[in-house]
Amino acid sequence: MPKDQGIGASSKRREDVRFLTGTGNYTDDINLMNQTYAHFLRSDVAHGVINGIDTAAAEAMEGVVRVFTAKDFEGVGGIPCGWQVTDRHGEPMQEPKHPVLAEGKVRHVGDPIAVVIAESPELARDAAEAIDVDITELPAVIDMKAAVADGATKVHDDLTSNLCYDWGFVEENREAVDQAIQNAAHVTTLELVNNRLVANPMEPRVAVGDYNRANDEHTLYTTSQNPHVIRLLMGAFVLGIPEHKLRVVAPDVGGGFGTKIFHYAEEAFVTFAAKAINRPVKWTASRSEAFISDAHGRDHVTKIELALDAEHKFVALRTDTYANMGAYLSTFAPSVPTWLHGTLMAGNYITPLVYVNVKAVFTNTVPVDAYRGAGRPEATFQLERVVDKAARELGMDPAELRRLNFIKPEQFPYDTPVAVTYDTGNYHATLDKALALTDYASFDARAAESKARGKLRGFGIAHYIEACGIAPSNLVGQLGARAGLYESATVRVNATGSIAVMTGSHSHGQGHETTFAQVVADMIGIDEAQVDIVHGDTARTPMGMGTYGSRSIAVGGSAMVRAAEKVINKAKKIAAHLMEAADADIELKDGQFSVAGTDKSVAWGDVCLAAYVPHNYPLEEIEPGLEETAFYDPANFTYPSGAYFCEVEVDPGTGKVEIVGFTAADDFGNVINPMIVEGQVHGGVAQGIGQAMLESCVYDDNGQLLSGSYMDYAMPRASDLPMFEVDHSCQTPCTHNPLGVKGCGEAGAIGSPPALVNAVIDALHRGGYPVDHIDMPLSPSRVWNAMQSVK
Amino acid sequence: MTKLTMTVNGRSVSGEVEGRTLLSTFLRENLGLTGTHVGCDTSQCGACTVHVNGLAVKSCTMFAQEAAGADVATIEGQAAADGTLNRIQQAFQDYHGLQCGFCTPGMVMAAAALLKDTPKPTEAEVRHHLEGNICRCTGYHNIVRAIMAASGQDVAPVAAE
Amino acid sequence: MYNFDFEQPANIEEAVAALKDEDALALSGGQTLIPSMKQRLNAPTKLVSLTAIDALKGVCPDGGQIAIGAATTHATVAAEATDYPALAALAGGIGDPAVRNRGTIGGSLANNDPAACYPAAVLASGATVVTNAREIAADAFFDGMFTTALQEGEIITDVRFPIPEKASYQKFEQPASRFALTGVFVAKYRDGVRVAVTGASEDGVMRWAEAEAALGTTFSAAALDDLSVSADGLIHDLHGTPAYRANLIKVLAQRAVEAAL
Repeated sequence: MPKDQGIGASSKRREDVRFLTGTGNYTDDINLMNQTYAHFLRSDVAHGVINGIDTAAAEAMEGVVRVFTAKDFEGVGGIPCGWQVTDRHGEPMQEPKHPVLAEGKVRHVGDPIAVVIAESPELARDAAEAIDVDITELPAVIDMKAAVADGATKVHDDLTSNLCYDWGFVEENREAVDQAIQNAAHVTTLELVNNRLVANPMEPRVAVGDYNRANDEHTLYTTSQNPHVIRLLMGAFVLGIPEHKLRVVAPDVGGGFGTKIFHYAEEAFVTFAAKAINRPVKWTASRSEAFISDAHGRDHVTKIELALDAEHKFVALRTDTYANMGAYLSTFAPSVPTWLHGTLMAGNYITPLVYVNVKAVFTNTVPVDAYRGAGRPEATFQLERVVDKAARELGMDPAELRRLNFIKPEQFPYDTPVAVTYDTGNYHATLDKALALTDYASFDARAAESKARGKLRGFGIAHYIEACGIAPSNLVGQLGARAGLYESATVRVNATGSIAVMTGSHSHGQGHETTFAQVVADMIGIDEAQVDIVHGDTARTPMGMGTYGSRSIAVGGSAMVRAAEKVINKAKKIAAHLMEAADADIELKDGQFSVAGTDKSVAWGDVCLAAYVPHNYPLEEIEPGLEETAFYDPANFTYPSGAYFCEVEVDPGTGKVEIVGFTAADDFGNVINPMIVEGQVHGGVAQGIGQAMLESCVYDDNGQLLSGSYMDYAMPRASDLPMFEVDHSCQTPCTHNPLGVKGCGEAGAIGSPPALVNAVIDALHRGGYPVDHIDMPLSPSRVWNAMQSVK
Repeated sequence: MTKLTMTVNGRSVSGEVEGRTLLSTFLRENLGLTGTHVGCDTSQCGACTVHVNGLAVKSCTMFAQEAAGADVATIEGQAAADGTLNRIQQAFQDYHGLQCGFCTPGMVMAAAALLKDTPKPTEAEVRHHLEGNICRCTGYHNIVRAIMAASGQDVAPVAAE
Repeated sequence: MYNFDFEQPANIEEAVAALKDEDALALSGGQTLIPSMKQRLNAPTKLVSLTAIDALKGVCPDGGQIAIGAATTHATVAAEATDYPALAALAGGIGDPAVRNRGTIGGSLANNDPAACYPAAVLASGATVVTNAREIAADAFFDGMFTTALQEGEIITDVRFPIPEKASYQKFEQPASRFALTGVFVAKYRDGVRVAVTGASEDGVMRWAEAEAALGTTFSAAALDDLSVSADGLIHDLHGTPAYRANLIKVLAQRAVEAAL
């Protein structure tokens, strides 16, 4: 029987009712008394010197309250970067200033130059057009390799070049890797692009600033995945507002996918301006504005070489990557191509020697930062593509080559050559599971049937590893993080036994209000409806680091478990007192405390009442009340893994790819709510397929964004996707967190792109088109062009 | 400013609008019906889908004055007066057809329009009908299942262990 | 968007009068005009809505032809143009259901987006575009991207399509906008075959004369086997090269012939 409550149950989501009835509270739904509206005048050139800004005409226009430019922000800090990478020579990365409004220069299309505050959004925009900006355009720096060539135009005049850092990992392995590749029986080489993407949560970003002069308190309502991080960065580094005078609220947030982690200039602006004009200030991005102001994702250019011995065992791996940082360093940008990417290059495999080189480059484009998976999709994509190519070159079944090189189940915990230790995993199991689910044996019959209809059928596999549950603070501190990556929770038990959990995690689609309640209810043995989850408000939750990196259940959930354990331990003491028994003899099951070996019991609710009405209470030993807080800092990352299989049909006349089957067999360790976990995989796979087949963020040589709306940036639609077969029955629980969970948010986006590309390449080979590689997205025209190139 | 009257979710409402006031703006700002969302500016995402005189339209691509005198239905009017979800809303919850909830009002309104004309759609018909509604969270898998289930067709229940 | 005055006349005469103002623009379904106004690419001082004019709406089969009022929505054409199934199918494939409930045939033709579907149907059918002032043959109506023979203030009132013996429209969607990356409409009449191509040419919708000649002799997909399309003058964008579009024209034309059979 499926469970209908607690851990393992597919509890229906309690947050759905408000979203289904139009009563959610998204940031753009917030309207404050006497509110004004901000419109950002943004650069329409990629690179230029600002000679002057004349705002006089705009200030005189109807409804205009005030116009701001960089001169209003003298003495205000820049937008900080949260991670300092040290390069392979031991030097810190180059770190340019990122002003709230452009100072002296614009560095990408969309860089904010001035802001009009007016009585309506349209009046603000009308007036923004009247601002006269005198710009001398400079050559745009777009191509990454050209950007780091001698004599290139510099994006930042005060830096020595456009190279942010040249990172080597593991630097000590460099020569040994070179040697091994030189001496290997077989080397497979692949050059590829990990295409630049725009996260595109359906809710565009919004920020509302409010200031209360009576008590000098600022409130920022914002579309954020981590309100405490915004409070820390903006309060301490940008505006100099002490935390007790700054409240950040992230109410219902309409999707994040990474791009709402970062602290953005618009947040600092509305907070600053609300005080300056003493009225609330609201900014709502249009989708067009989102394309030129939300941090983008991916954008790597890589050469990867895989060396194998005569028995087809992997002996060494070398990668050379150029990673685009864009014009400024977004919050976590430097960490993405380095510590979230290089550390995953061993994949699921025993590869004794690995060397990863990453050159991070400044260009005149929108800043690039984490997007669902962040570094790990880039690692998985190149690895799973090169393994597939190696199998083809060696005439081996791609599943067999993987199996031959997989880390074996008995080898865990496994120390990789790239500094991380996988605690658990069973890659053979997930691979076998996916094979069983896809009916691989009858593929040839399906391919023949496709051929009869003039279509080319192909089958592609990929196996991923990711590191999530981010992250052990002492480790990331050594690696350059300027923040801790623990999580917090307060479990507040009310006098009648109901519970409010205040978590530092933030839900923007993940269903924490349901899942987290399942865990606490299960621990105590009470009804889920007795537990409420509070999140998204720095005034109501303990200092927490928010939601990204598939960390919420693994880190935030663990903090909640630790706090609940403290509550239970205290409640047991109270119960022991009430039943006149020893603390050690008290057991809690199904909401009843009992004394082991007796029929004595007392209900959860009675113990809670005693805590708040302590008439018969051990006041000399413990305090009244029942509320505990825990901060949980993980001991290691968690390592979900899985096998992703994709089956496609290619129309040779048009190059159009149709996905006819998609299977994901994941190992997430223990699963709290299978319904929600599967939903996360569906969504991740859809985004991965989007990257592989549809989405591409493209700049021209002048730095104009060619894919700046849904007219040219292809979002996956219902008709582009199949039903997905997803399975999470292969479970090797995490050994170092209390729930044995690994996290599931990013897996789909990590495992799916190489599976799809491998499938298309397979289809083309089977159809007589020996194409080695096609860069994503595999649009019809790209596939058709590749086919013509080998005709 | 022009005065305007229309019926929204069965109630007569009026307000002052400019020529450029979109129906979505009128619903959200003038009437405070913030369930209708705006997710793009090129008429593609469909988060703003409402019904005007029984037909699904994108309220961000229609001027408020074009709806003068019309009968408009929004997400806020879909549940019963006592709050009971309608069959489409209930199926979206039962089949996990939503995550962040931002596209959801448009999805529900689009689904209602589909089922009015096509009471038992095939999976392909559902997917085709959702051409103008973008969801970034669900991969559409459970949205399609929810709509099929709302139409009374057999759909396997959500995962359980 | 910039502000403007909104007018909604009840008949054609009032609409024509209202459009005499400088910087007045006709508003039909608005599915292209409104997004472009949001980008501030258009700055009309007055919008004259045509959608309250009943005389501009409806699908009327009449012997060998079908007349469609300019303000008839794509959804209505899809549902009611049953005498011309290829045309109904084309209308049912434009945009998405909500767009089809607002967008109109007249608005689409007056805009003449180079990737729109209706221009292909009008050109391949040799249809007649009727305005408040005159009748314009399809071959004289389209005048390059976003340009038509319409004069300032001239309003399309209806479009008259001769019904072919066989026809099919094959649209290959641009992955993002879902407009036609290339679309080919093939219509076979007793006196010949017309083939119109949208989405491909830098000059907007065009006819493919060689295919018309070949299909006029033998109406089969094989009749096009030996033809090839020059890539000269075809659109190059993110979604396809001229050579790719040239390939699509031929592939889609052959598929249209097969579907029409």
